[in-house]
Formats: sequence, C-alpha cells, structure tokens
Amino acid sequence: MRKTLITLAVAGTIALSACGGSSSSDTTAAKASAGTGNECTAGKTLTDGTLTIGTGSPAYGPWVVDDKPESKQGFEAAVAYAVAEELGYSDANVKWVRTTFDEAIQPGKKNFDFNLQQYSITDERKQTVSFSDGYYTTNQAIVGLTDSAAKGATTLAAIKKLKLGAQAGTTSLEYITNVIKPDTAPFVYDDNAGAKAALEAKQIDAAIFDLPTALYVSAVEIEGSSVLGQFPADSTAKADEFGLVFDLENPLVNCVNTALAAIKDSGSLAEITTTWLSSKAEIPVIK
Amino acid sequence: MATTTSRRAAYEQKRKRRSIAVATVSSLIVVAAIVLLVPKMPGWDRVRHSFFNGERFWDSMPRLLHAFVLDVKIFAWCAPLILILAMLVAMARNSRSSALFPLRALTIAYTDIMRGVPVILWIYLIGFGVPGLGMDRPWNSPLIWGSVALVLTYASYVAEVFRAGIESVHESQRAAARSLGLSNWQTMRFVVIPQAVRRVVPPLMNDLVSLQKDVALVSLIGPIEILRQAGIDKSKFANFTPFIGAAVIFLCITIPLTRTTDYLVERERRRTTGTRVR
Repeated sequence: MRKTLITLAVAGTIALSACGGSSSSDTTAAKASAGTGNECTAGKTLTDGTLTIGTGSPAYGPWVVDDKPESKQGFEAAVAYAVAEELGYSDANVKWVRTTFDEAIQPGKKNFDFNLQQYSITDERKQTVSFSDGYYTTNQAIVGLTDSAAKGATTLAAIKKLKLGAQAGTTSLEYITNVIKPDTAPFVYDDNAGAKAALEAKQIDAAIFDLPTALYVSAVEIEGSSVLGQFPADSTAKADEFGLVFDLENPLVNCVNTALAAIKDSGSLAEITTTWLSSKAEIPVIK
Repeated sequence: MATTTSRRAAYEQKRKRRSIAVATVSSLIVVAAIVLLVPKMPGWDRVRHSFFNGERFWDSMPRLLHAFVLDVKIFAWCAPLILILAMLVAMARNSRSSALFPLRALTIAYTDIMRGVPVILWIYLIGFGVPGLGMDRPWNSPLIWGSVALVLTYASYVAEVFRAGIESVHESQRAAARSLGLSNWQTMRFVVIPQAVRRVVPPLMNDLVSLQKDVALVSLIGPIEILRQAGIDKSKFANFTPFIGAAVIFLCITIPLTRTTDYLVERERRRTTGTRVR
C-alpha cells in the first residue's frame, strides 16, 4: 500500500515537472495504475504502453542472475524494474531485448528504449549516445590467483611491475593505461573467460575489473583467485559511473532521470545496491 | 614501310581506344551514383559521424600504427615458417616410396584436421592450452603459442597449394629427369619444385594476404594488435571510425603486394605463353 502511494506521488511529480504543472494528476494516476507508462513517457517509447529494455547477451552476475533479467534477480535487473515502476510500467509491460555493446552504439534506430550493461558514462561516448544520470559508482579492483606473483602487491608501485589483463573496451583497461601505467603492455580479452584462462596459464599475474565484477569473478568464475585490493576512487580524475544508454537525444532521458532521482531519494536504489552488490568496505585500498 | 600502320594494327588501336572510353564512362557513372545518392539517404549524417569521422580517424592513427607493428612482426616470423613447413608436408605427401606410407598417412590426417577446424579454436587451444600445462615466462607467451597455432593451420592450407603445384608438373618431366640420371631427390629439387612453385604463386599470395588478416586473431589471447586497438578505441569513443583507419593501413600493405604479384605473374605468363586472345 505504501509503495502504491509513493508510486502515485512520484508519478504525479514527474508529470508536474515534465509538463509544467498543466496536467491533472488524476489522469496520470489512472494511467500509472494501468501500468502502461505515465504522461512523461507517453509517445516516447518504441511501443506505446511498453518499456523495452536492452541488456547484454549473455548478461552475467552480479548484474543479472542466471542471464534472466525477467526474474528481477540481480542488480541491473532490479534497477531496471525499479525505474520501470517509477515510470508507471507494470512488470508485464516491460520487454527485454539483448544487444551487444556495439549494437547499442551503432548509428541508426535502436531496438530498445534504454540499455543497461555497465556502460560507463564518458564524454567521448556522449557524442554518439545519450546517457541517463548514473545509477552506480564503482572503483576498479585487482584480481589475482592467490598463489601468484600478484600476491602481496598492495601498492601501486608493486602493481606496475605485474603483467596485467583486462576486458577489451572497458574502463578497467583505460584505468590500466592511464593510471596504473604498467611496465609491460597489458593483455586484453573479449570476456572474463579469456582473462581466466590467461591467469591460469600464468600469462598474466592479475586482471583489473570494476569492483562488483571483480568480487563476482573471484568468488564464482575464477577458482583460486581473490580480490587483492581496490583502487581509491580519487586516483582517477572522475569516478567510474554507470548510466543507462539511450539513442542520441532521446526525449525519454528526462523521464528516466526523474525516475532515477526518485528511487535515489526514496532509498530503494540504496536498498537494491545492498541486496545485490557486496560491500566495498572489506576490500583493502591500494596505496 | 616501317612507319605505316597496317590495317590490322589500326583496327586494334581503334578497338583499344573504344574499350578505354567505355570503361571510363561506366566507372564515372558508378562513382557519381555513389557520391551523389548515398549522402541523400536519411541516416547518412549519423553513419558518417560513426564511421567516417575525420577527427577520430586522425586521433586513432598513431595508436593504430603502433599496434600494427605487432601484426607485421607476427607475420614476418610466421610466413617463412609456414612456407617451410608447408613445403615439407607437400613433399612428404608426394613421396613415392612404399616405406614412407605412414608419413603420407600422417600428412593427410594433418591437413584434414588442421583445415577442417576453425583457426580461432586452434588459437585458443594452443594459445591458452599449451602454456596452461605448466610453462613459465617467457615460454608461455601468447605471442609464441598464438604464432604456433597460425603456422600449423596455415601450413596445412599452403601445403595443399604446393601439392597442387607439384602434381601439375607433367609426369614426362620426371621421366626425362630420371633418364638423365638424376636421383629421385634431385628430380624433385631441380625439376619439379621450381616449376611447381612458379605455377602456384597467385594462390600462394592469396593465402599470405589472408594470413595477414588472420594475424589479428592472436589478439583473442591477449596481445593488443591493430584490430584490437581499433576495437578499444571504438568502445572508448563509441565510434567505428578506428576500424576504417585499420582498414586503410591494411590496404596500404595488401594492395601494393597483390599488384606486384599480379605484375610478376603477368610477366612470367608473357614470357612463357603466346599472344593474348581478346
């Protein structure tokens, strides 16, 4: 009951902020209860009354559990449904599509309203796609096998001497080249499986991921590895912030930003974060 | 007598001028259609921004060239090894001694298996698998084992090219060589192989050009070469222009290479065959 009231109140606020207060909140409430979107989103989605959300193929943990975003299990799946709810879409009116990273940024019409698969918000990318406000801010972290040369590397100076690996096209790789600046060129892989094989073949000493991925990878995917440390957020000029990706200049961005602000204010985003992502506190910070 | 053109020469010259004119006009029509019509398409501005962005092109170029050095290196040490191994395999397969049957069977199995399985699998299997058996640096380098995978797969293709060349040399050549007193090995070395290699230069170049592109597959197991660097820049800027940059660099190598080969082949052909039929 409390949830419904909040939804109605927020839907009202969105309508007021989007339409300059000219609309009556009654019609908004009626629409929101039908679960086909609020006034802000009307006519702005791909299909009227449906919110189409894109994610990776496969989508992996802890962002989406078992590659099933429909189950609402996993951080990004939960965020997507929370945003959808704020926008006035019932669960039944949320449709998922799968895209690769490239499909989301290629020119031409998109097959989703927004796409979330840990896209870091950067000024360069903003020239091709539009971003919502951030929904999660992360640090970079280092993962190594417990019995390797990486063990005991707790300072940046020690990490510089390691052979590092990262996933292609991630901000982790940029972090290696711009901040860590290791003595030898890093190796780059298409996915975590490649990094894992290279760690096992001792071709790299350690791999860099964003912290939630690092925790997941070390716990679930790479046996015998652990998160050796996280890099302080202030060692980059800007923290790594994840945002939802939209077609360039999609008017829906404003609606979604209002919805994101609402779930931030109500504390539900924080709740989702603690449910799905491990606490950052226990990982030692690299000096 | 020498200065007057014969009727036949005059006719041929007229035909030649006419065919050049037709070729020029038809090329111009095609180019004009592309240049004039494509920008009129509704999505052209965005396609141009994403694929043909001058700023991104020149910004990526130094990084791409730097990464391209690795491609050239891998190519430079793989190509000779491939040619040597392929020649050995082809000669083994063409051996005629009955005692060497196991060797022939082995080479047949080798070419069948290596050619039948995608290169990517060999790169993963040999590049990650062999070092995973417990090697230490530098011997577990993905550059070494990625190159081994490329050499083994490409040698199987090239061996078939060489075999086709060897088999195309007429049996009478061998008979003549043997009757002159050359041994089996000398016949191969001085009579068959020189003719065979000359005949297979075009398909050989084809394989080398394709090797030059497949070198990029080594990036799957770690090293950053030009296509990987282009992919990294693509993700960073959400723009595909770096791939165009990489393509231009590739073309700068492959086009002169293939043109030169064509020229050499044409010269060889003119030297050994009669006049061209039009």
